[in-house]
Amino acid sequence: MRQGSGRLSVLAAAWVVARRDFTAILFSRSFFFFLLGPLFPAVIAVLAGSLGSRVDASQERPVLGVVMQAADAAALERARAQLAPALGDDLPRLVVLRRLAPGERYDARQALSSHKARAAAILTGTPAAPVLTGPEGLIQAWGGPVAMLSAQVRSGAALSYPAVALQPVVRSSAAERKGRFATAQGAQTLLFLLTMMLAGMVLSNLVEEKGNKIIEVLAAAVPMDAVFLGKLFAMLGVSLVGIATWAAAGGLLWLGGGISPERLPDPAVGWPLLIGLGVIYFAMAYLLLGSVFLAIGSMATTVREVQTLSMPVTMAQLMVFFFASFAMTQPGSAVEIAAVLVPFSSPFAMLARAARDPALLPHILAIGWQVLWVALLVRGGARLFRSRVMKSGPGSRAKPRRIRLRGFGR
Amino acid sequence: MPPLAIEAQGLVKRFDGFAAVDGVDLRVPMGAVYGILGPNGAGKTTTLRMLLGIIDPDAGIRRILGSERPHDVAHAIGYLPEERGLYPAMKATEAIAFLGALRGLPLREGRRRAHELLERHGLGHAADRQIRQLSKGMAQQVQILGTLVHQPRLVILDEPFSGLDALNQGKLERMIRQLAEGGTTVIFSTHVIAHAERLCDDVAIIAGGKVPFAGPVDVARDRIPQQVRLETRAQDGLWRAALPADARREGAVWHFSLPDGGVEPLLRALIEGDAGILSLSIERAGLHDAFVAIAGEAAARDLAASPGLEDGR
Repeated sequence: MRQGSGRLSVLAAAWVVARRDFTAILFSRSFFFFLLGPLFPAVIAVLAGSLGSRVDASQERPVLGVVMQAADAAALERARAQLAPALGDDLPRLVVLRRLAPGERYDARQALSSHKARAAAILTGTPAAPVLTGPEGLIQAWGGPVAMLSAQVRSGAALSYPAVALQPVVRSSAAERKGRFATAQGAQTLLFLLTMMLAGMVLSNLVEEKGNKIIEVLAAAVPMDAVFLGKLFAMLGVSLVGIATWAAAGGLLWLGGGISPERLPDPAVGWPLLIGLGVIYFAMAYLLLGSVFLAIGSMATTVREVQTLSMPVTMAQLMVFFFASFAMTQPGSAVEIAAVLVPFSSPFAMLARAARDPALLPHILAIGWQVLWVALLVRGGARLFRSRVMKSGPGSRAKPRRIRLRGFGR
Repeated sequence: MPPLAIEAQGLVKRFDGFAAVDGVDLRVPMGAVYGILGPNGAGKTTTLRMLLGIIDPDAGIRRILGSERPHDVAHAIGYLPEERGLYPAMKATEAIAFLGALRGLPLREGRRRAHELLERHGLGHAADRQIRQLSKGMAQQVQILGTLVHQPRLVILDEPFSGLDALNQGKLERMIRQLAEGGTTVIFSTHVIAHAERLCDDVAIIAGGKVPFAGPVDVARDRIPQQVRLETRAQDGLWRAALPADARREGAVWHFSLPDGGVEPLLRALIEGDAGILSLSIERAGLHDAFVAIAGEAAARDLAASPGLEDGR
């Protein structure tokens, strides 16, 4: 007696596909490497930072050469020593190149152009009438400090500098705007990096499906919409597991590093809502991109073709990111509205908006709009799959007919 | 008239303007073992894919288990595609249960049945092995069991015998007979006619995307004349003029189609011509001969209808 199996709804069928994909990916080696993915940029960033600071430290800083009479040069050096505790690196380092005898003349231009002087610029004259010779940008930057040094020489050593009491405020409105902009930028970049990583995962999953030739088994058993939905949501589930793991690890490192959360600039909608919206927009960005990748992958006939076709999509994804980033700099403009309306840039643009604008209604509308596009793309991908793929038999027209005739003709 | 498991009228499928299937009509009675025969590239797989709803026809009507929407009755159908596909990392039991789950069978029940099926078919030792660890033939058997785990009323097998050794081909033939005895409708495509001849009640021959013949195997065999096998003592003589034009000799044995006038006038001529008849038998044409004749005629018609090819281009 036959029993036990019954008709599956599209969602139930999608669940069967998603469950298999989710567990298969979660326990695969590729997922382990996926989890390790962010580690590599982090390690590279740390290494590059450390190397950069070493390079920076080892780089020779420009020096101001002093060519004056001995007393004036000594007075300038004393003045620098007095001002240094208050001004630090804002003062140029002084090197006495030459102590002039009374009445002796010195051609600073000639010394610099002949590269004989071991200084970026040369200070001549007297503290009362200093002359600064050197590249224009540098002498403009050093004009003020040199004037201060000269004033210090002229006023004697008795000048004292009072300690300034510091009274920090939480944030000025300008600083708040700047902070929110930074948060928006950071959120957009994070979203972009996550979707880029996932695109790779979707692609490798498709490559596996192509290799296994299981797609026909799935297509025969359940509607293609269910196959697409199942695959998309399985990968979304996997990515959320990955994000939770990274967030936990990042949080531990953050707290372990002693960085207090108060130092982060507050987004307009507040941190909890921004994180919630971030998850939703990430899901939307991924579903939109993933459905395109699925459509491409299911239509392609070879793994190589899948990879080739994915290249323009990746480039387009990059363009979308740049578009959304540009739109962020023009709030309320037609460009920003366009970025919100274009489905692929919409999650990026809206996440940036969440960091800068407290209004929530636009997010509800945008999420609805994005869901609609996900549904359309899944539908479209499934339809394309059904109409364009699963060809069998001869690819060319005339040749097979000749072959059949030879085989069966009498 | 028995209810139909499959009914298709005028199915057409074009790929890039080329008609891979060009007006296929099929009527498969419930409970039958039905063969779809055709040379490579004839349109068998495309026809099956349309029947199953994997692809939609450009024209025509399909009705499978009474439904025009194949996915609505997917839980009652088992399908083995020509290009076998299983997840290599899955264990055999899980693979079978997963295929059942796709057809609406709860996973737990699927696992229980998978164990049972594997044991019954001598594959119990492979139950917990990954598909990638199995031989190609064993993996194929696992997929066949996955096709049947949800106990479908209609089983569609695309080239099921390819990739199996002779022993496993025999095993599969027995399995198909058992399914038919249990009331399951079995449809399979093949280009190896012997399987269809042994198993099928009815066949459809597909050639060039069309169905030049569909009906009982006996009717297909009757489409070409019976064959005469004649062995004579004399090698030559006047009697040879009585042989039909298509007679061909292999040693002392002549083969030719039974003449329209029957065997008696020929016998008389042989006796009068002193041919020395050692043996004479009339054999009914095999399905293979019928297939070659029907598919060949269709191909010839196809060629004649193609102006480009007539021109020798």
